[in-house]
Amino acid sequence: MKVALFIPCYVDQLYPQVGLATVRVLEKLGVDVVYPEDQTCCGQPMANAGFASDAAPLARRFLEVFGGFEHVVCPSGSCASMVRNHYDALIPGAPGLEAVKRATYELCEFITDVLKIGRIAGRFPRKVGLHQSCHGLRELRLGSSSERLEAPYSKVASLLSSLEGIELVPLARVDECCGFGGTFAVVEEAVSCMMGRDRLADHVKAGAEIVTGTDVSCLMHMDGLARRAKAPLAFRHVAEVLAEAMP
Amino acid sequence: MSDSLPVLRSDGRGHADRAAAFLRDEPHAHWHDQAVWFVRAKRDRAASAVPEWERLREVASRIKAHTQARLADYLEEFERKATAAGATVHWARDADEHNAIVHRILSERGVTRLVKSKSMLTEECHLNPYLEARGIEVTDTDLGERIVQLAKEPPSHIVMPAIHKKKEEIGDLFHEKLGTPEGLSDPTRLTEAARAHLRERFMAAQAGLTGVNFAVAETGGFVVCTNEGNADMGTSLPPIHVACMGVEKIIPRLEDLAVFLRLLARSATGQPCTSYTTHFLGPMRGGELHIVVVDNGRSALLAREQYRRALHCIRCAACMNTCPVYRRSGGYSYTYTIPGPIGIVLATARGVDGHASLPFASSLCGSCDDVCPVKIPLHEEILTGRRDLAERGLQPMSKRLGMRLAALVLRVKLLYLAAGATARFLGRNLPRGVLYARWNPWGRQRELPPMPRETFRQLYRKERRPRV
Amino acid sequence: MSSRDEILRRLRAAAPPPEALPETRGLAAPYADRVAQFETAVAAVAGTAVRVADGPALADGVAALAARLGAKRIASAVPDAGPGNVALEALRDPHELEGVDLAVLPGVFGVAENGAVWVAGASLHDRAVFVVTQHLALVLPAGELVNDMHEACARVAALPRGYGLFIAGPSKTADIEQALVIGAHGARSCAVFLVG
Repeated sequence: MKVALFIPCYVDQLYPQVGLATVRVLEKLGVDVVYPEDQTCCGQPMANAGFASDAAPLARRFLEVFGGFEHVVCPSGSCASMVRNHYDALIPGAPGLEAVKRATYELCEFITDVLKIGRIAGRFPRKVGLHQSCHGLRELRLGSSSERLEAPYSKVASLLSSLEGIELVPLARVDECCGFGGTFAVVEEAVSCMMGRDRLADHVKAGAEIVTGTDVSCLMHMDGLARRAKAPLAFRHVAEVLAEAMP
Repeated sequence: MSDSLPVLRSDGRGHADRAAAFLRDEPHAHWHDQAVWFVRAKRDRAASAVPEWERLREVASRIKAHTQARLADYLEEFERKATAAGATVHWARDADEHNAIVHRILSERGVTRLVKSKSMLTEECHLNPYLEARGIEVTDTDLGERIVQLAKEPPSHIVMPAIHKKKEEIGDLFHEKLGTPEGLSDPTRLTEAARAHLRERFMAAQAGLTGVNFAVAETGGFVVCTNEGNADMGTSLPPIHVACMGVEKIIPRLEDLAVFLRLLARSATGQPCTSYTTHFLGPMRGGELHIVVVDNGRSALLAREQYRRALHCIRCAACMNTCPVYRRSGGYSYTYTIPGPIGIVLATARGVDGHASLPFASSLCGSCDDVCPVKIPLHEEILTGRRDLAERGLQPMSKRLGMRLAALVLRVKLLYLAAGATARFLGRNLPRGVLYARWNPWGRQRELPPMPRETFRQLYRKERRPRV
Repeated sequence: MSSRDEILRRLRAAAPPPEALPETRGLAAPYADRVAQFETAVAAVAGTAVRVADGPALADGVAALAARLGAKRIASAVPDAGPGNVALEALRDPHELEGVDLAVLPGVFGVAENGAVWVAGASLHDRAVFVVTQHLALVLPAGELVNDMHEACARVAALPRGYGLFIAGPSKTADIEQALVIGAHGARSCAVFLVG
């Protein structure tokens, strides 16, 4: 099976190791990975700030770069959701949009839903806190949200908990927002930072050594706060955890 | 459509500044977050006792969608039946007309002492100051509302108006206003003092005013839900009852009421049902019942497809309780009658002046959408609000230019790569004092991300030949 | 154009496309033991459910309740519960209800889902009685329990139209720091007698 890697711009620029870990995980699972080099950004920063007309050309560009691939896989729930749930508002009815929307997956859901792999052979003997990033959770439904009365599930937690030796620590607030929120992180800096610190405290109290999640953006925000506060927490994208765990 | 709306003037950093001020007292902000989260947790427990919860939400949302398409028909049916039962129905286009109608009803009957139970509509219309300026003493009788009325403040939450106040603060207020012993802060004893004080007001009142939770077209009756019984007290002692309702409060049938009653109290406070769920049909013996039906911008909201689902709102406040921003910025940071996610949507969609910062007072986490008992897509509508502001040129120039520039850079791969390399180079090499100076709000409380020498695409290319 | 006609015109002009009114039946599952569920639900709303076998037992139960509460002025609209000493029909003005310690009122049916009791306005001489009284006792035939609010609203729809209300436990508030306080404005306690 061949997949096109969709590496968000900030991962490309700031967290290259997360992209590499994504490649490793997919390849270890027997997937043929290609990286279309013309990709830049999906347009989410502009779209979420309300600048639809600035975001639309980037959405069109995305269709040009990724049109024609059967599967597009992204190590970010938020960026995958941008394509699947928000492109309609930016470029309604654009040719090829439906196909690209259908093809685009966040990494973990690609593993569980397309590859149909429920368990990952690997070992990760650490205490891990899972940060459930909001757009992956409530827009892509990677897991049940705490607000909805449905049978609990989490595609991310199920993959992680299949690793030998891992301990997923229980949080007091299982899916509260970390306060990143794109431009929210700077526009509403005070609230954003308090939200992030509250998440950190929850993870520390639960005994986490490592905080993981599907979105580096949230982890970047919490890591920035943790380093400033010298909190005893490390942050790893879920792809990094899986790549490190897999033999 | 948007051209005909009033201009939403910028309020600068608005909410962000007010939120930062709220957070300056961090222990208080933590306390507020916990107090409001506690209600969310109660809601979770109550909802989880109802296995069909998600189906109820779906049905409630569909009842509201059905009703919106036929609001005028249902209002006419309601009016006919309410009138047949002995009520008088009045119609108000806007807040001014609403206030004038209420005042006329009261003044024509010589009423100078009015008791009120909670009505966000009358808050929206600023009825209290209107009546007080015309010589009518207005007593808010919901305990939380009475507390903020005595403190000369607006409600900071639509279900728990005084949620922002600590009991010691309320003790001081009651000491000053009601003569309770100094230093008394026990909630039971403070409530007891308020009970005695307000019973006097109930006994002396000449008219009672209530809001309306649901008006049932099929019967011509309407329902008011309270836990304290203040609406019942205020409508059974004085002979005149004035009930004020927005046009969206109508539902078709009694069987629809069941769906909403099951959702409302559980979503609002985590109770299976409010203590008193009173169905008013016609006046009390020897009394009068006046129902004031108010538009005040609701028909304009109905006309806007992307926002109209906000009219589904049953005012349970679950979106406030779940909102991580509301809990950490307080109701006043919104400066609109209704705070929290639904308040953002209503203020933005209705073009209320001076609230242009509100759509940005959200991390778009979507928790409000999932908690809403009538499935209003709140975070989608907040995003629509941002888009509306941008389209109407109401976002700050610096942001407009910044976004335009970023979009241009990101569209051209070489520019993107050059800009990224430059930013990372500066990030690695500028002195900390420059990187973390005032220009950088990210760095005020956070470290910047790592600024690696190589991008993913460079490392990937090193590992293998590119295949595309 | 009158405000009424103007508002109706605007609402018609703005109306979205028609949507079907959904079915509300079959949304709630039946409780295995309706009476036990009702008793649990009454307790959850801070009321007290009391089972009594018959009329005389009811009178005894109400007398015991009055004694426990120290109630001196008792108004009863339920003949089997005893006459009380405040004649409700004789009151000319609801304000005269102030000072009633205990009111005993008939409920029409109870709701197992949430412990609420439907009280019909027609059975009250004055609306104010249930809320002005310091304590409240509601009397209900044990067989008159519906499963949930769907059944309850269907029951209300089948009754003669008029003022009425669901009462679920005593008056309460949590407006001061979320602390639950019983007896905000209305009854400080609410006993529900299930007869039979």
